[in-house]
Amino acid sequence: MSTLLEVSGVSVSFDGFKAINNLSFQIAEVELRAVIGPNGAGKTTFMDIVTGKTRPDEGRVIWGDKSISLLRMNEAQIAREGIGRKFQKPTVFEDQTVRENLLMALKKDRGFFAVLFYRPSKVDLGRVDELAEEVGLANELGRLAGELSHGQKQWLEIGMLLAQEPRLLLVDEPAAGMTPEEREHTSSLLVAAAKTRAVVVVEHDMEFVRRLGCRVTVLHEGAVLAEGSLDHVTSNAQVIDVYLGR
Amino acid sequence: MIRRLIACLAVICWCQAGLAQGITLQEILRENKTLVEKSSRKTIGPVIEEIAASNLQQAQSFLEAWGGKQVWQRRSDGLFFVGTEVAKRQYALSDPDSGDAVGEFTKKELKQLKPNSGVRALIASALVQFQLSDADPAKRAEALLAMERTPSADQLAPLRISIEDEVDAVLKSRKSRLERLLTISFDPDPATRVAAIQSFDGDLGVDVRATLNPLVAKTLNVTAGDLPDDVNIAGLLKSGTDNLDRVQAYDLLVDSNLAPAPTTPTDIRAALVEHIDGGRVAKVSVDQLSDPVVRRQAYDQLAEQSLAPAFVGEEDITKTLNDYTFYETYAEPSAIVTNAANEALTKIELKVGMNQALDLGLDAISLASIYFLAAIGLAITFGVMGVINMAHGEFIMMGAYTGYVVQQVIPNHTISILVALPLAFAVTFAAGVAMERLVIRYLYNRPLETLLATFGISIALQQLAKNIFGTQARPLTAPGWLDGAWVMNDVVSISYIRIAIFILALIFLGVFLFIMKRTRLGLETRAVTQNPRMAASMGINPERVNMLTFGLGSGIAGVAGVAIGLFAKVTSEMGNDYIVQSFMTVVVGGVGNIWGALAGATMIGFLQKGIEWGNPSNTLAAQTYMIIFIIIFIQFRPRGIIALKGRAVGD
Amino acid sequence: MRTSFIAKNPSVLIFLLALAAFTITVTILSEGFGIGIISTSFIKTLGKTLCLCLIAVAMDLIWGYTGILSLGHFAFFGLGGYMIGMWLMYERTRLIVTEALMQGQIPPTDTEIIDGIGNQIFGVVGSSDFPLVWAFADSLGIQLLLVLLVPGLLALVFGWLAFRSRVTGVYLSILTQAMTLALALYLFQNDSGLRGNNGLSGLQNLPGVEAPQSIVSMWFFLASAMALALGYVLAAWIVSGKFGSVIRGIRDNETRVRFLGYSVEGFKLAVFTLTACIAAIAGALYYPQAGIINPAEIVPIASIYLAVWVAIGGRGRLYGAVIGAGFVSLISSWFTGGQAPDIPLGFFTIKWVDWWLVLLGLSFVTVTLFAPKGIGGLFDLFKKDGDT
Repeated sequence: MSTLLEVSGVSVSFDGFKAINNLSFQIAEVELRAVIGPNGAGKTTFMDIVTGKTRPDEGRVIWGDKSISLLRMNEAQIAREGIGRKFQKPTVFEDQTVRENLLMALKKDRGFFAVLFYRPSKVDLGRVDELAEEVGLANELGRLAGELSHGQKQWLEIGMLLAQEPRLLLVDEPAAGMTPEEREHTSSLLVAAAKTRAVVVVEHDMEFVRRLGCRVTVLHEGAVLAEGSLDHVTSNAQVIDVYLGR
Repeated sequence: MIRRLIACLAVICWCQAGLAQGITLQEILRENKTLVEKSSRKTIGPVIEEIAASNLQQAQSFLEAWGGKQVWQRRSDGLFFVGTEVAKRQYALSDPDSGDAVGEFTKKELKQLKPNSGVRALIASALVQFQLSDADPAKRAEALLAMERTPSADQLAPLRISIEDEVDAVLKSRKSRLERLLTISFDPDPATRVAAIQSFDGDLGVDVRATLNPLVAKTLNVTAGDLPDDVNIAGLLKSGTDNLDRVQAYDLLVDSNLAPAPTTPTDIRAALVEHIDGGRVAKVSVDQLSDPVVRRQAYDQLAEQSLAPAFVGEEDITKTLNDYTFYETYAEPSAIVTNAANEALTKIELKVGMNQALDLGLDAISLASIYFLAAIGLAITFGVMGVINMAHGEFIMMGAYTGYVVQQVIPNHTISILVALPLAFAVTFAAGVAMERLVIRYLYNRPLETLLATFGISIALQQLAKNIFGTQARPLTAPGWLDGAWVMNDVVSISYIRIAIFILALIFLGVFLFIMKRTRLGLETRAVTQNPRMAASMGINPERVNMLTFGLGSGIAGVAGVAIGLFAKVTSEMGNDYIVQSFMTVVVGGVGNIWGALAGATMIGFLQKGIEWGNPSNTLAAQTYMIIFIIIFIQFRPRGIIALKGRAVGD
Repeated sequence: MRTSFIAKNPSVLIFLLALAAFTITVTILSEGFGIGIISTSFIKTLGKTLCLCLIAVAMDLIWGYTGILSLGHFAFFGLGGYMIGMWLMYERTRLIVTEALMQGQIPPTDTEIIDGIGNQIFGVVGSSDFPLVWAFADSLGIQLLLVLLVPGLLALVFGWLAFRSRVTGVYLSILTQAMTLALALYLFQNDSGLRGNNGLSGLQNLPGVEAPQSIVSMWFFLASAMALALGYVLAAWIVSGKFGSVIRGIRDNETRVRFLGYSVEGFKLAVFTLTACIAAIAGALYYPQAGIINPAEIVPIASIYLAVWVAIGGRGRLYGAVIGAGFVSLISSWFTGGQAPDIPLGFFTIKWVDWWLVLLGLSFVTVTLFAPKGIGGLFDLFKKDGDT
């Protein structure tokens, strides 16, 4: 299976503090991957680099079949390339309805005039209904996003990401603050999404990671400490050291 | 008493000198009787010179008396006396030579010498040599000052004589300096003049440049043939180049009657109007004359009939100009002297330039201090707390008005300023606290709303001040000891008030650093701004801290207002002048950091002075360019000069 | 498409009907076209108010919807006024100068006429030469184009610089304020080419038009009403669709929009430039009714007032902006015009000319604190009452 994203030898530092230190990471076209690591391991910074929010001091980030470098692109361009990102805190447009939120995210021409003259077609509205169904918000389409519960907002955001039809989905702590039922729903959403694309999930909660049942990458001090199945990495002495402290 | 004694001694000396010469003032005056009686500036010169050159010691006092209209002629014998009025129309006369009293006479028997202002000026200049050697140093200084103001050739000789005997060291150096300046201007020997010029190598005095510049002043001349040999030529000029534009060159030809004046459209029009005849000018119908080509044709016909001068246009001007050579001459005929003067001036200008740069630097520092003062309160409220306070400028205004009110109550300026500073702090501190309690605390984390609300307060305060104090500017006078300037040389000087403001800015910086880094309030402020919840859980009352910090920032603005009021006018709208600059200072420098405000103020201050220097006529343009520069600067350093880095900043 | 759009947005229809009713009423009552109850000077005030409503719509678009508190839109307004003012002043002076020169014994040449115009216009700033910026002042068509081009280009360049460096929030507001200040200071200079602080005057006279002011003022009133209607419909149409979704998204969470793949900077720049052009059109209609324009009109405080009108009216809803601008500017001119009765308190008399600004300032504070939705928020109350 061919590689979708290849991050190699990337380093970045803030005021002398090395947040990412010679990090290398690969993910295939269709794969679910969990990234774990203690606080300050560089998980969020890693996502920032891939999505163009932070420029690394050195290293390469190569994308897709045509091996494009992502380092010269801005966030919006990278997003249009097919990388979707979900933030830790649910970020939906609270002042707009669920339908408007999903319509905005739908994969369409993002150009100025295309947006200005866009009027939703039946197909688009159908796709929105489909997505809402998928994330469990079919009954909430007309409601303002701000009125949704915390878990519903998370799903809406995942729904918006799916609407973008990304080839790579970066998800930052999706299960934080959710009830057990909501977690289950979320994990099944992610597993389903990973059947057609690459999904990277950053998570603290080992139980949640176990439920995803995928390869795990452990980050520590800005570099990959271990990689493999969850059982493999949790039996790694170094990982235990890092998590339990010396 | 001692002065009188010296005067007596002097009188005795004069008498002896006069006797030794064997000629008296009376004799000189009688010899030139007609000239003296009907004295005029043109004719009296030799007589005054003779008196001055007579070496008679009494000459000075006589000339003084003459200049003071105290010399009288006795009608009975035509003799001259010095007279003083003892009673009405009654004068006591004394002999000009011996000083002996001759008796009292009525006005009828006398005729007063009434030198006009021209004659008095001649007398005064003749008196210079006496004054230069006067026993009273104050009089000598006065004489020197008069000579420095109006130098002339005849001062040179008496000045040189007086230098040797000068006892006062300061006066001696002044005399010697003046002597060298006069030598440059008036000495007949070029070598001596060159030496004098060279002695001023790199001297920054305005007087040196004032002496040298006229020597190398250039005059434009024109000749049809070869260049004359008998003048000091500075150089040849070609018309139509940067050195000499065509119009200027041709005007010179016209002025020297070497060429006819060019025919302007106005001339054509005038000529045509003059010769309108039955709706036609030179066979051309008047209606057609809106076309310049037709006008020209009509004019040419008039010229053919000799009704108008021949047309002189661009081609003629070019042709004429080619026939002449333009050159510039120096006012000073001696080439050695002008060379030396040019050389000296170049060196001086270089040094002046360097000093001007220094002066500009000082100006920039003082401007930076003002911006820093205006912005430092904002660095607290906006920079540290993140509260946009558009009424910051009005707090500055309130401080300034507090100073004004205090001065109305306490007339002593020193005391009133000392009272005003803490009072202004108290007033604006209270205003700041009130504003924070009543408005701002409801708007934390809603910066745009804060901006609007504080702007509302700003216009309300401005109008309130206008209602109370009226629209005209109120004075806030600095204490007397802040008047004047610290003068380093003729180029570099800085007023004491600016130095005071610089020092005040330094004090503010120190106070700010002390409060933020060394006091409980500073610690709590930093804690609350970084993480209010955590701070609250550690027993800090964020409301109290916010209130005090905002009050502190406002209070500092008030104190800055007093300082700013000392040199700027105090009006209800003065806040407007500082608000945008203050925000710029904080933003350019980098938010959340006092050193940022300092760096921002320094950069803006130097920048503005630099732009003003490049375009001195226009301070408005300087401000425009500065703001444009800042907008572009923010492109490259969006977080300011001193940026807080790290992950936290991004969110 | 238009019908469906208006049908979906009843508030637009209501607004248009209200505006039409207002315009017709005023026309009937006017001196120029009607029975003469409303004086010509008040027609001008109403016409100017309509222009202010139009710029308020632009302000609402950029601030209420896109979340950029621009303190520079009055600069674009003023520039629009300057651009049309140049033609009005040039053309009027040309007619006067030509007529005067025609009285002479021989007819004038073109150069003489142009010199005469230059003397007339720039005599006050001690010059008679035409600055470069007046190159097209003789052409109405080009100047009309410049009404859009000059503010549009300024907005484009400034916006591009500001947005690409990701300056946001209050920083951007301060930056726009600085831009406005820079422009005002520049125009205050005598050698700016636009007559320094004298500004342009005599703009109320349409060159070559013999009609009296009572008629001309009605033309401008109707044109302003038309412009407001068009501007309102355009703005409503823009914000109704996905474009509106995107810009409101930018207002609420710029980063999210960016990660959805929209070029946030591009959208901001587009709205900024578009609203600058709307503001310029409003200005180009306003100043011929005001008769005079000078740099004092452009100073940052004017733009802040604009923000306040929109805030008082209720931002994020277009009719709120219109109501705010209309209400506050009319009431301001009533109070500051000396028409409002003084209130004697016995020991002190409140003169509204002096105290109105204090009241206005405090009312900003009150509105921001207690009625963040402004006057427009009141309509929500009715709506909710209707629903329940």
